[in-house]
Amino acid sequence: MGLKRNVSLGAALRYKGQGPMWSFILHRIGGVGMAVFLMLHILASFIGGRSGVFINTIYEHWLFQIFIFFCVLFHAINGLRITIIDLFPKLLVHQRQAIWLELAVFIPLFAAAVFVIVRSALAG
Amino acid sequence: MAVKSRTLPLSKRGLNFEMFMWLFTRLSALAIYGLILIAIIGALIMGARNQMNLADVLRWGFMPTNAHVQGTDVPDLAPWSTPFWRLTGSALLLLAVAHGVHGLVVIADDYIVTVRGRNIARILSIIMIISMSLIGLYVIWTS
Repeated sequence: MGLKRNVSLGAALRYKGQGPMWSFILHRIGGVGMAVFLMLHILASFIGGRSGVFINTIYEHWLFQIFIFFCVLFHAINGLRITIIDLFPKLLVHQRQAIWLELAVFIPLFAAAVFVIVRSALAG
Repeated sequence: MAVKSRTLPLSKRGLNFEMFMWLFTRLSALAIYGLILIAIIGALIMGARNQMNLADVLRWGFMPTNAHVQGTDVPDLAPWSTPFWRLTGSALLLLAVAHGVHGLVVIADDYIVTVRGRNIARILSIIMIISMSLIGLYVIWTS
């Protein structure tokens, strides 16, 4: 039993699903990124000691902060769009406009955060 | 021509476990937004504007435990480790772990297609939810 699906990552990237497809992929990447980060973070704070400090130095690196903030912010804003559209299915006809609205919220917030993170990284 | 509804009414669909978790994912997301907003507003009321930078406020917002404000200029940690903040932190932890681990199961189902594999993924997810919740609660209530 079971479903057989042969979609490689390359085929998925070439697929002309555009906005909804891309937000779906980024939503997944963000979700997995956050899940792995949070599990390691909870374990590190539980274990403590030298290994906990070592994991924390990774978290405090500015490149990792940009990555995890992308995960959190995109997952949060895209999740809000999914939640609103799923709880009010009549809005589904506007879903492509909703993605443009979502990007209009996401890009300024993320750009501002990247600016702050990079500035404090350069300041040392 | 009348537009035919493409969704079945709830009585014909039935409310099985996957449908319940689908709804839980949406509702827990709304609850997580609420808890993060409460934590950020609470931090601003407690004077975070003068004592913390943006990154520390966000860190506190995503998980209000006193370990997240230890490295800041907050002079007195006592208002930041009251039972209220431990309870909101616990609620955030439990919702986020259930939401996140169920999300991992949904992703795994797209790649693991055998019944046996899916059962293994579910057993692993239950172990992960219970262990992460217990470890997180221990960290929140003992820090």
